This record gives sequence, structure tokens and C-alpha cells, in this order.
Amino acid sequence: MADAVHIPDEAETRARWGAFEWTAENAEQAKTVIARYPAGRQQSAVMPLLDLAQRQVAAETQTNGWLPVPVMEYIGRQLDMPYMRVYEVATFYTMYNLAPVGRYHVQVCGTTPCMLRGSDDVFSACKNKGLVKGGTTPDGLFTLSEVECLGACANAPMVQINDDNFEDLTYDSMSAILETLATGGQPKIGPQIDRQTSAPEGGPTTLKEMVSENHDYRGSWA
Amino acid sequence: MADETAPPPPPPFVGPLSDKDRIFTNVHGYQDWGIDAAMKRGDWDNTKKLMEIGQDAIIDIIKASNLRGRGGAGFPTGMKWSFMPKESKDGRPSFLVINADESEPGSCKDREIVRHDPHKLIEGALIAGFAMRARAAYIYIRGEFIYEAKVLFAAVEQAYEKGFIGKNACGSGYDFDVFVHRGAGAYICGEETAQIESIEGKKGQPRLKPPFPAGAGLYGCPTTVNNVESIAVSPTILRRGAAWFNRFGRENNRGTKLFQISGHVNKPCVVEESMSIPFRELIDRHCGGIRGGWDNLMAVIPGGSSVPLVPAREIMDAPMDFDGLKALGSGLGTAAVIVMDKSTDIVRAISRLSYFYKHESCGQCTPCREGTGWMWRVMERLRTGDADLSEIDMLHQVTKQVEGHTICALGDAAAWPIQGLIKHFRPEIERRINENKGSAPVMEAAE
Repeated sequence: MADAVHIPDEAETRARWGAFEWTAENAEQAKTVIARYPAGRQQSAVMPLLDLAQRQVAAETQTNGWLPVPVMEYIGRQLDMPYMRVYEVATFYTMYNLAPVGRYHVQVCGTTPCMLRGSDDVFSACKNKGLVKGGTTPDGLFTLSEVECLGACANAPMVQINDDNFEDLTYDSMSAILETLATGGQPKIGPQIDRQTSAPEGGPTTLKEMVSENHDYRGSWA
Repeated sequence: MADETAPPPPPPFVGPLSDKDRIFTNVHGYQDWGIDAAMKRGDWDNTKKLMEIGQDAIIDIIKASNLRGRGGAGFPTGMKWSFMPKESKDGRPSFLVINADESEPGSCKDREIVRHDPHKLIEGALIAGFAMRARAAYIYIRGEFIYEAKVLFAAVEQAYEKGFIGKNACGSGYDFDVFVHRGAGAYICGEETAQIESIEGKKGQPRLKPPFPAGAGLYGCPTTVNNVESIAVSPTILRRGAAWFNRFGRENNRGTKLFQISGHVNKPCVVEESMSIPFRELIDRHCGGIRGGWDNLMAVIPGGSSVPLVPAREIMDAPMDFDGLKALGSGLGTAAVIVMDKSTDIVRAISRLSYFYKHESCGQCTPCREGTGWMWRVMERLRTGDADLSEIDMLHQVTKQVEGHTICALGDAAAWPIQGLIKHFRPEIERRINENKGSAPVMEAAE
């Protein structure tokens, strides 16, 4: 467990987050979430509520959010779960940040399909912009993580930054994305080369009618 | 002697598929995913009529279509549905869980279905749920698919507004709900019982079977877990008939399939093709060939990271289907084709997969928890050659001790890529060890 993150539960954390409660909007959302599951099975809502809480913390701290211990306790009380059961879930799944992260959480996929297409270059681009794996830049802007396959392998290599995917990266396009973010801009989401989603570069080899119109192929069914 | 006058059966159709036979017509998202556009493409077209076929008859059609599960294991889908109880003797409801926790390295097909053709999935959920007499479907979508989940939530909302799901779904008199549950980053939740645990709000650790989910699954109720693609193709199969689906692919490997080609091809892509399409045809037609030409191909992982790699000469003209790839000691898996050319550091490529499994092991069973880390560390030493020749066999032996000794298949999935590497690339591993020792046998030209 040497590589486990340090989970802050100090006096400052309690002082800052001890009075955490949902915003009015999120309180409504939490009710909607709990209603998705059968009565008495409200524990099922723990994952969506942890996500919701992390997003609220994100908004309040102008970062990508994390889960302070008092926030997990708050969710445990709402769902009538022991804190330890909440904590178990929060530590099991990688998307819950157990320690603060920067404004942008840069999650570069390093698994084999991305590696084959040049994720090393993507990491180099990050490194040359001062990002360090597992750390946050001193200005609090970027946290860099190497993550496992994010399921966009036909668009490798790729990075997920906060909620957005940037795909078909090169050293140069990754550098440009980081520069744009650092100056407060919004880079183009999705493939960074001339390509429609996961269609082959340069245009589709199939279903070409779909490019220009919402074609109904039922007319040619036989 | 056999009757020589009987004509031989026609050879199976193995592609290329024509556009009229493609199920996922908006797979690349050129058009709107919304319900009105989807209905113009043929989704939700008189779904009530499909339901009037009858619950058992629907299952019979899916059985007759020979659809095999698209999530990797290839279990016959119709048979899986038929395991569900026909009536509840104790008042427990049944559930359908749809597995959209697509996390297998190489796989990126469910993502395309969810973000570009979500109504095929939701309509399929209703059809499948109705056939197996389920009360509701939970679609478990991986947490990192943030945009995709947004689309899915909105698409479900649209289907409710139209009255296609919910009370009296499609005017059929059947009540059926569809809920979306987001994961939060755990590969293991793609395993069906881990997924059920996760929906229940726990760590995603697989359950011991039996009891199987069809007996006691989600909330202790009968549950079937199906892959997104298996569910999403079922309305089209009902509309066009089992015979239509059987036209494609070789016997026992029927239908159309979304292939996802990544790695060293000129144009990686996701494409729907006929099952059993020859590897060469798939790559040349849709991916612009192998980077650097066919002579530059080294090896292919044909079904996602969990299946063993296949060297170039064996796969070039192999049929891309369950049985064809099994015959090569590998598997179709999710049809996630990872192509590696001769520039690849093959040991590193497999070692990176070992790291993946180490990272994703849930920690429940000792052989997997300890073995995945152990195997990765040895793989890293083999990568640099900092090892002894005898350690190759030792590693192979350890993979055999992990394989088959864990609750779920993650242990097997971690073992197989390494076994494939040792089987096909032992000389390369030995070369690194010898070079590292500085005792590489010097090959001198004959005088």
C-alpha cells in the first residue's frame, strides 16, 4: 500500500468540510437518484451520490473535486449506511479522488492500445509542461494521472480531462490542449485529427449515405 | 458413399457486409442520436407488434438466430434468457442488467452504441426484459463514459416521454422500467456478479457461483446480465427474422458484429462486419492496411487484452469468429483487434497488460491479488532482460497456478496474454536475457 494516497482527515479538513450539505439543486438530484432503486435498497445510490458530492466539492473549490471524510460521513448518514461501507466504495473505485486534485485532472491512458499509438509522446508533452505523474502543478492547475484503458481504443492515444475526451493525440496536439487550458480556453473535444468519431480517418468505408442525411436503410431490406 | 448428386452446401457468407444489412446505421454518429431521428432510422417501429410475438416465441427466435453473447464469452443469448423463471413463485421480481462497463483494453464498441444509437439499446432492453419477464432493466455504464452516460440518461427520458417504456410500455400492457447506473472506474465490474454487487452499492467483488444470477442475482432476485451489443441487436433480429441473421458468418458463429481495430493499422476504426470475415479483408477494406504493409505485421491480439496474441503468419487469413480464433489458441472475445507491427516492443506490450490486471484485480482471491503483481514484476524484468532463462518457465508455471484458481475469470485473463507471449515469442525473451548478460551467442558468417 506504499503507493496509496494519503487521505486527509485532519482538523483542517473537518473544519472546512464538517458542515457539508447538499446545495438545494443537488438535494433534489439526490432524491431522484435514490428513487431509481427499490425501497430499502437505498445503499445502491452510494456511487451516484459520491459522484454528486465530488462534483459539488469541485464547484466549491474550483478544482476537479475530491471526497473529504466528513462528506463521506454525510452520505453514509443520508443512506443509513455505516461510514466504513461508504469508505470501502470510495477507495475501491478509481474515479473517486481521495485527496485534492487540480483545476484540471489530466488522465492519460497508458494501456497497451494507447501505448502502441504513442501514449509515451502524450506523457512527454505533459512532462514538458511541468506535469508530474501523481502530482499537481504548483499553480494548482493540473493534476496528472496515468489511467487504465478508457475505452476509446480506436481513437488512441487519448486523454480524459475532467469530463471531456481528447483523442487521436500527438505530442503537438497534447501540448496545444494543455496550453489552451492553461490560458483559460476550451480546446476542441474529441478527435484531434480530421476524423468523425471512430470512423476511419479520411471518411467512412461503410454507410456513406449517413454522412449527409439521416438515411433509412429499411427500403433496401430484403 | 455419400450421395454425390446432392449439391454441396453453399459456402458461408463471410463479408463484406452491405450497408442494408448493418444494424448500427448511426455507429459513427454522423446523425442525431435523439428519438425522432432514431425512429426515422427504424427504431421503436411498432415495438408493440414485436412484443405480441410472445415471450417464449421471442426467446425461440433469438435461439434460432444463433446469436452468441457479444461481451466476450460467446454464450448463446437465447439460451441465457430461457434460464429465467417463467413465473415468480415467491413474489420476487426479475431483473435485466445490461453490461455497458466496457473496460477491456481494445474494446470500444458499446461506447459507439450508447452515444450514437442509444435507442436500439433501450428498445432491446424492453424486448429482452419482456421476454425474460423482468420488471426493470439496469444499464450499468462505466463511470468514465461521462458524455455517453449523459446521452443515455437523456435517451431513456425521451423513451419515457413517448410512453415506450414505463407503465404500459408501447401500449402492450406490460410495465417496464429502465434505469441507468454509472460505475466509477473498476474493470472488474464488467464481471456479472461484481456488477450486481456494484449496483447494490458495494465494492465490485465477484460472487461465488452458484447460486447463478438467474436464480439469485440483483437484490437476491433472478437476474440476467447481457452485453450492450447482444441486447441492442435483438429488435433488428426480431424484425428481420432469425434466418436473416443466420445468413452471415460460419456455422455456430452467425450474425453481424462490431469490430474495433486499434494499434498499428493505417486507419483504426470501429466497423460492423459479417462474422467470420477474414482478418486480411477486415484490415484492408476498412483500416487501410497494416502500417508499413503486410510484411511488417508481427502479431495480433484479436479479441481484447484477455486473449492470447496470435503471430502474423497464423492470423493473416484466419476467419474472425469464435471458433476460427479458438483454433489458433486465442479467441474472438469482444472483437477488439489490437494490431502490432514489427516496431512493437512485444514484451513491453504484454507487460503493460500485466500491469493493467495488477491494477484491476479486486483483491479478493489470493492467487490473483498476489499473482498479478508478481507476474507483472517478472514481466518487467523480462522486458529489460534482467532475468535468468529459467525464470521464463517459472513465470509460465505461475500463470498456470493463477489460471482457474480464482472466483472470476480475471485471473485467467491475466495469465493468458503471458502464456501467449511465451508460446510465440520465447526466442525474443531469451535474446534479451542473453544480451543483458553480455553472453549472446555470436553468429559468425561461415568462411
